[in-house]
Amino acid sequence: MISNANILSALVRGISIGYAAAYYFLSFGKICGVSGILYSSFKKNEPIRSTKIGFVLGLVAAGLCWNFSYPAQVTFIVTNSYWKLAVGGLLVGFGTAMGGGCTSGHGVCGVSRLSPRSLVATACFMLSGILTVWIFK
Amino acid sequence: MKSLRGFLIGLVFGSGLVISGMTNPQKVIGFLDIFGEWDPTLIFVMAGAVLTYAIFFHLWKKRPKPLFLEKWDIPTKRQIDRRLLLGAFLFGVGWGLTGFCPGPALVSLGFFKLESLIFVVFLLSGAALSRLENSKRQ
Repeated sequence: MISNANILSALVRGISIGYAAAYYFLSFGKICGVSGILYSSFKKNEPIRSTKIGFVLGLVAAGLCWNFSYPAQVTFIVTNSYWKLAVGGLLVGFGTAMGGGCTSGHGVCGVSRLSPRSLVATACFMLSGILTVWIFK
Repeated sequence: MKSLRGFLIGLVFGSGLVISGMTNPQKVIGFLDIFGEWDPTLIFVMAGAVLTYAIFFHLWKKRPKPLFLEKWDIPTKRQIDRRLLLGAFLFGVGWGLTGFCPGPALVSLGFFKLESLIFVVFLLSGAALSRLENSKRQ
């Protein structure tokens, strides 16, 4: 069972995600959805395109920083099945583009605003995620 | 400078993903493994993120405008359509297969793991396919 200390620790760590997303909103007035930011950063003439590219680079830089400065914090256990990675990647890319968001856009930014679309989308991808793990784990 | 600010926000956001365990696919799959060895930790991470965002979003949107642009750009679409449902469903399947969603996948590129690279390449391909499909629909 999860301990109270772990619950608190998880909550506090979540705060940094929520605050960064909110600060993005304060700065640029837009929803901090990673899939939206990533895909639109490829479009020529996209508004605040350099900001979006900067954000994506910041994400990668975060990984680099943690990897080199505090590798003990970086636990990375992933499937070694290339077909899962390929098919999974395609589905996540296609699905987030079609559905207009991912765990940050719908799950954090949308749910906290009680957006009906995001509430439904989040419930949907949680459900299919749970089902998929149940079948394929 | 806006792009620097974007970079710094991405750095903090990405760090949040690392310390919360979201960049560890095993942790994510554990969170989705409700019928198996369930690890509910990420629920509390999401709760923390959602509560924090809710508080500051509602506080800050009262301002006349954002810091660096001229107006707020909050989505107004409310209709729940088939694309939303199908898109979310497909996303969840991919998420369940790999334990990756876009943000953590990008962060994990910094870990220099082949799995991340494969995923991200297919992620971008999938998104491009969706764009193609969407443009053919019109």
